[in-house]
Amino acid sequence: MGALTLSNVTKSFGATEVIKGVDLEVQDGEFCVFVGPSGCGKSTLLRMIAGLEDVTAGDVSIDGARVNLTPPARREIAMVFQSYALYPHLTVRDNMGLALKQAGTPKAEIAQAVDRAAGFLSLEPLLTRRPSELSGGQRQRVAIGRAVVRRPKLFLFDEPLSNLDAALRVNTRIEIARLHRELKATMIYVTHDQVEAMTLADRIVVLNAGRVAQVGAPMELYNDPANTFVAGFIGSPQMNFLKGGALGLAAETLGIRPEHLEISRETGDIAGTISHVEHLGGETNVYVHTEPHGLLTVRLFGEHNFVVAEPVYLSPDPTRRFLFDKDGLRMR
Amino acid sequence: MSKRARTSHGRALAAHAILLIYTVIALFPVFVIVINSMKSRREIFRHPLSLPGPGSFDLVGFQTVLQQGNFPLYFWNSLVVTVVSLAFILLFGAMAAFALSEYRFRGNTLMGLYLALGIMIPIRLGTVAILKLMVAAGLTNTLFALILVYTAQGIPLAVFILSEFMKTVSDDLKNAGRIDGLSEYRIFFTLVLPLVRPAMATVAVFSMIPIWNDLWFPLILAPAESVKTVTLGAQMFLGQFVTNWNAVLASLTLAIVPVLVLYLVFSRQLIRGITSGAVK
Repeated sequence: MGALTLSNVTKSFGATEVIKGVDLEVQDGEFCVFVGPSGCGKSTLLRMIAGLEDVTAGDVSIDGARVNLTPPARREIAMVFQSYALYPHLTVRDNMGLALKQAGTPKAEIAQAVDRAAGFLSLEPLLTRRPSELSGGQRQRVAIGRAVVRRPKLFLFDEPLSNLDAALRVNTRIEIARLHRELKATMIYVTHDQVEAMTLADRIVVLNAGRVAQVGAPMELYNDPANTFVAGFIGSPQMNFLKGGALGLAAETLGIRPEHLEISRETGDIAGTISHVEHLGGETNVYVHTEPHGLLTVRLFGEHNFVVAEPVYLSPDPTRRFLFDKDGLRMR
Repeated sequence: MSKRARTSHGRALAAHAILLIYTVIALFPVFVIVINSMKSRREIFRHPLSLPGPGSFDLVGFQTVLQQGNFPLYFWNSLVVTVVSLAFILLFGAMAAFALSEYRFRGNTLMGLYLALGIMIPIRLGTVAILKLMVAAGLTNTLFALILVYTAQGIPLAVFILSEFMKTVSDDLKNAGRIDGLSEYRIFFTLVLPLVRPAMATVAVFSMIPIWNDLWFPLILAPAESVKTVTLGAQMFLGQFVTNWNAVLASLTLAIVPVLVLYLVFSRQLIRGITSGAVK
């Protein structure tokens, strides 16, 4: 109940091709995250799945049935928007019940479904309020509740946490993860934040310029990136890219994550000077300027007393390094 | 700090002075009409700017207006024409604006330009053709003829203003409605229209006054006694040789009242829309 298949889906606005042929299978009950920089087409792809944008070519299928021409309301989907998109003239209860009301569900059943969803998200005290009387976090919970009420085959989230502040973002993220565990529904989640992608996803789809750059479980992408784009996008702080030629390698680029770069005051492969140190308590990020690689990041766990302008040596862990050719593709 | 406070004080003072001067200039003719409508004929000519006093106060103008002619009917005609035209302008203008701002279709921009053309070309240029059309359709001397013409006259500005406003309505909200199974009509009427209410009020105010004040089309399309509007009705006191100024001024004074009431209704909407946006 809720498998999604995209086969060679493309989308053009006039002459510009935004989605350049995407193939994807999302299993029933899977939490799939589309991640990519802004303008990579991830939101457009989500809106095509929702039926809010026409598909230029290719097929979108839900549970094996082609839905290219099915209007959004009949696709048995629910969507949570970045801007909440609550109906300003309706109370929270009516906001949550509107889809069922439109579908002609009996009143008692709607009330029951709304109450259940409200209980699930602790929205009971808010049910009689209007959206203008709610805070941002409450509005987003109502929007999620509105999606839950419908019991859709497919939940679609369009950057639902972007408008929330940091603390609320973490709470709502946990809420969404719990929702997925308990409802066992298929969810597709769009974000530009790789932390959200890593923490929520069963499987991540990294999109770049309208194409799928790589699909895989979070740890697969972290440990085995297929190209420099994915390597640079997944993981925070960003992966360091060193010039292969300068290190005497056949590869164009050597990628090494900040946590796999060793720093030493005495000896190492690459000499440099510290240009900045960030003390975060649990970890310390040291930025080292090197020739000819530029600024490299070293992530150390715990507290360290490196100071700016100190000369240091860096050594990449040879077992954790990634080599890429001149097209940015991984050399295996 | 105090210096800045003082300059903004001075600026506010200057702004208020300019606005006050403008208000006086704008209201002066109205004021003159109203005070003179309550004076005797001789006093109107002798002291046109003096207030009606014990010696000059005379309601003969109002008596003439209410006894002669059919003024209640004229008022009713004007009101019907104005209100129905406004309703049509707002409804069809908003619908066209929604289509232009919401849907991508071939010729969208061209259609928008075509509809906006009416702002630049005065509808009176087409009077002869309109008259021929109305004669052919058998609509002369009906209020419906006026309503049709005024609707056509008002739609371009309505489309122009409303389509700009509708572009600002959140796409997410409309899409949420689509996913919840609302029809495009429900999305338009229940989600989009309430959010552009201030713009609707603006359009209503801009369209209403020219319709209420128009003399041209009533004179040409509907001069019969039963369908006369107030402005046309007032003309019967203006003769080639003798003009009953008392009656003219009294009828004009009365004609201000309904339009003032309509304006107050719309402007409250307008102000509410502006302040609700500012507070949130």
